[in-house]
Amino acid sequence: MTILPELYMLFFSIVFLFLSVGKRKADLFTWAKVLSLVGLVITLVSINGRGNLFYGAYRVDLFSQIFKAVFAYGFVFVIFMLGRKNEIEEGYLAEYFMFLGFSTLGLMMLVSSVELISIAISLEISSYSLYVIVPLRKGQTKVQLEASMKYLFFGAISSGIMLYGMSYLYGMIQSTFLSKIIFVLPKFLDQPIGILAIILTLAGFFFKLSLFPFHFWAPDIYEGASNTTTTFIATVPKVAAAALLIRIVTMASSADPAFVTILIVLAALSMTFGNIVGLVQKDIKRLLGYSGIAHAGYLIMGILAMSRDGNAAAIYYMVVYLFMNLGVFYVVLLLAKSGENITLNDLSGLARRAPLLAFTLAVSAFSLAGIPPTGGFTGKLFLFTSAFKAGYLNIVIIGAVNTVISIFYYLNLVRMSYSKEAIVAEPINLSVHEKALCYVLIFLVLYLGIMPFGLTQLFRMAV
Amino acid sequence: MGDYLIMNPLNFPILSTTIFIPLAGAIILLLMRNDTIVKGIAFTTGIINFLVSLLLLVYFDASTHLFQFGEFARWIPQYNINYILGIDGITIFLILLTTILAPMCVLCSWTAIENRVKEFMFCILVMESAMVGVFCALDLILFYIFWEAMLIPMYLLIAVWGGPNKDYASVKFFIYTLFGSVFLLVAIIAIYLVTGSFNIPNAMFRDYSFNFQFWVFLAFAIAFAIKVPMFPFHTWLPAAHTEAPTAGSVFLASVLLKMGTYGFLRFCLPITPQASIFFAPYMLVLSVIAIIYGGFVCLSQTDMKKLIAYSSVAHMGFATLGIFSLTLFGFQGALLQMLNHGVTTGALFLCVGIVYERTHSREIYDNAGLGKIMPIYVGFFGLFAISSFAFPGTNNFVGELYILIGTFINHKAAGFFAVVGAILAAAYMLKLLKQIIWGREDKRPIKDMNVREIAYLIPLAVFVLWMGLFPAPFVHTIEKTIIHLTSQLQVYFP
Repeated sequence: MTILPELYMLFFSIVFLFLSVGKRKADLFTWAKVLSLVGLVITLVSINGRGNLFYGAYRVDLFSQIFKAVFAYGFVFVIFMLGRKNEIEEGYLAEYFMFLGFSTLGLMMLVSSVELISIAISLEISSYSLYVIVPLRKGQTKVQLEASMKYLFFGAISSGIMLYGMSYLYGMIQSTFLSKIIFVLPKFLDQPIGILAIILTLAGFFFKLSLFPFHFWAPDIYEGASNTTTTFIATVPKVAAAALLIRIVTMASSADPAFVTILIVLAALSMTFGNIVGLVQKDIKRLLGYSGIAHAGYLIMGILAMSRDGNAAAIYYMVVYLFMNLGVFYVVLLLAKSGENITLNDLSGLARRAPLLAFTLAVSAFSLAGIPPTGGFTGKLFLFTSAFKAGYLNIVIIGAVNTVISIFYYLNLVRMSYSKEAIVAEPINLSVHEKALCYVLIFLVLYLGIMPFGLTQLFRMAV
Repeated sequence: MGDYLIMNPLNFPILSTTIFIPLAGAIILLLMRNDTIVKGIAFTTGIINFLVSLLLLVYFDASTHLFQFGEFARWIPQYNINYILGIDGITIFLILLTTILAPMCVLCSWTAIENRVKEFMFCILVMESAMVGVFCALDLILFYIFWEAMLIPMYLLIAVWGGPNKDYASVKFFIYTLFGSVFLLVAIIAIYLVTGSFNIPNAMFRDYSFNFQFWVFLAFAIAFAIKVPMFPFHTWLPAAHTEAPTAGSVFLASVLLKMGTYGFLRFCLPITPQASIFFAPYMLVLSVIAIIYGGFVCLSQTDMKKLIAYSSVAHMGFATLGIFSLTLFGFQGALLQMLNHGVTTGALFLCVGIVYERTHSREIYDNAGLGKIMPIYVGFFGLFAISSFAFPGTNNFVGELYILIGTFINHKAAGFFAVVGAILAAAYMLKLLKQIIWGREDKRPIKDMNVREIAYLIPLAVFVLWMGLFPAPFVHTIEKTIIHLTSQLQVYFP
């Protein structure tokens, strides 16, 4: 049963499919929480699964299983965070869980796919579910409809571009298997068609990762979708896209200079653009959208090193990225009493209203900025080291400068909550499980910062 | 364990203990609810840690230049990052300075901090952990983590408990320092890629190419120059000092600024000796500018805290002057100056804090004419003020004398200007002192210092006089390390 995690996610979604037909809506949350936890356990148990399925199109190895575990973590956190019933119309709740499950299923399949058609199918399974849940938000407004339309259009176009690139690949190599493509492709890389094919193919993942110039959807979708949906879109699919990029790079034997140059340019533009535009954002989700664009750039630093270190560093960074983003989003979720968007001004006086939330926000924001002893620093250190080791000092320096630029707006989050006085001074009461979740997130971010050795070893084995 | 490290002679890891006692205390604090208990625990933690760190002095072996009380543990083997601790003559007194100031900071905030006492004490203790860690770390990444981790509690100290302009000051402090640090990180990675480890002693005095040294020195120097702060990177300092609560100002002035000069001594000179020699003239010029400029700016201040902040710029200018004179006397003087400045300026900030609590103003005029109203206070203040401009018989005189001797050996002009700066220091300090003692005639209902306040100023006053009259034990303790450093540097002189 090497594909147990995937089968379980399918089961999860089908359960909610049936629940959505039924009338009982009362204990949906409990069901979702319990079932997602079981899913996490199953994924963790099957981490040692190995195998090649479907004529080699589907590979189950340590790499894919690690990422499935990461998705399961993200999925569980998102479900637990949805605790307050203020986000989604009650009637759609079962469907919401179903589509979240389907999306996670698609992402789980994506990291195991090593063949172009299965990659495309998995990506679409995940994307279509997301297209559906983006407009699901209490109180329909034009903003979220616009967001969902944009997401659909941009998604469809980038899928189209990706398939177009894949057709080139198939045309050149006459195979859809990544192992074969990676083997033959270097011969074509000195021709424009080779570079074009690979960049077009990767566009699909760049889109999910919101790497510049495929980032246009991100801030609008973040702003328009409900807070929980944004939390999911901002974290789990990005990890999956990064995973596939890393998978492709690990299969490639050597780096082509032209390809690396393109990656460097994309990374530099992505960081700089994301951070500079992030500076002027007032809406926190929008701000995080731009921060995500910048982080996609950081991530590419690990990938373009094309080394074992670099890939392990990139995986590490994605894991850290997941948890530190969850931290910030959780604060947003808890602050938004009726599911509205939170602006910077809403944060003022947070340290007085809810010290724990302010602390969670501070730890996560400092981690996003890359200040030790948080995970963000350790991840960035590994990325910088591997890119530097591969000889790309220029991108390391750009990354360092970007760290300074980004601190302005991350610090702003902390500044608002600690040194501004509250406009509304009423304290925010947190339930026990909300507090526990905050502590867990703080712990994870600090743990990833201080004790990275175990996971680093695991990730090195995986790549 | 390498030939650079003497393992710990005690049967418990004393450096780790010194680093982590405050952190443990801070975590215990979080569980408490009563403010008085919180203060008590914070103070006890500070005192215990000071007593533990005194053991360092007792067991310190002044006859070797090697790192002592060594601890070694693997940390992230994949990147050859290790947990290495050790201290030498350069750091021993800086650690003691940190551990003695921490309980004083708790005492001086006893009544001054009224809201969120628990979080305040938490920040103070976490700061202490990180600061001791910076001085003990012998692994670049460990060092960097402590170095940066310090920023967060310091930022919060200013941002939450600071004065009216705290927002601006705290953000400026944070971003300025971080700006320097990221280049430090790049330099650290560069050293790692060349030497294959993050080990600091391993990276010292190796045959790097001049080009490599040039860039690494610049990256280091920006980070450290901002921390010192050297002219023209000093602008964050007056803002941060003025707005920070007393305890924050004391930590900033006494310990944080020392990290810059410590960085020059520990990293720039041994890791990039050729580049240090190359850049020394420029650094001397900047130091002299800092001394003169700081002096003139002080003359026109009306805010006590700002005046002392700018005087820090001038005093730290002396420290960097000593370091980049690249002479034995200069190094010794710089180290003594760091220590002395830590004590004297810390004490002056404490004094300002004491009077601020009574008058709620930092303006010199509002606090003038205290001679008859607060005689004890004025006694202490006078002592620290004259020590600040290096009056013979006080601690700063010893340090500045060493530095001037060192500077005059090679750089007569720099020495000359530094002497002018020393005279300026006398001018602005005496002016301040005169105002505070005799500036106003009117009687105001201000109480003199209480026992708690006297208690935390006495140790500092004792140190001021001890160091001023009998500096031999201090010099003896640091001597070996400095002599070794100088002899290693000799090789690189053209």
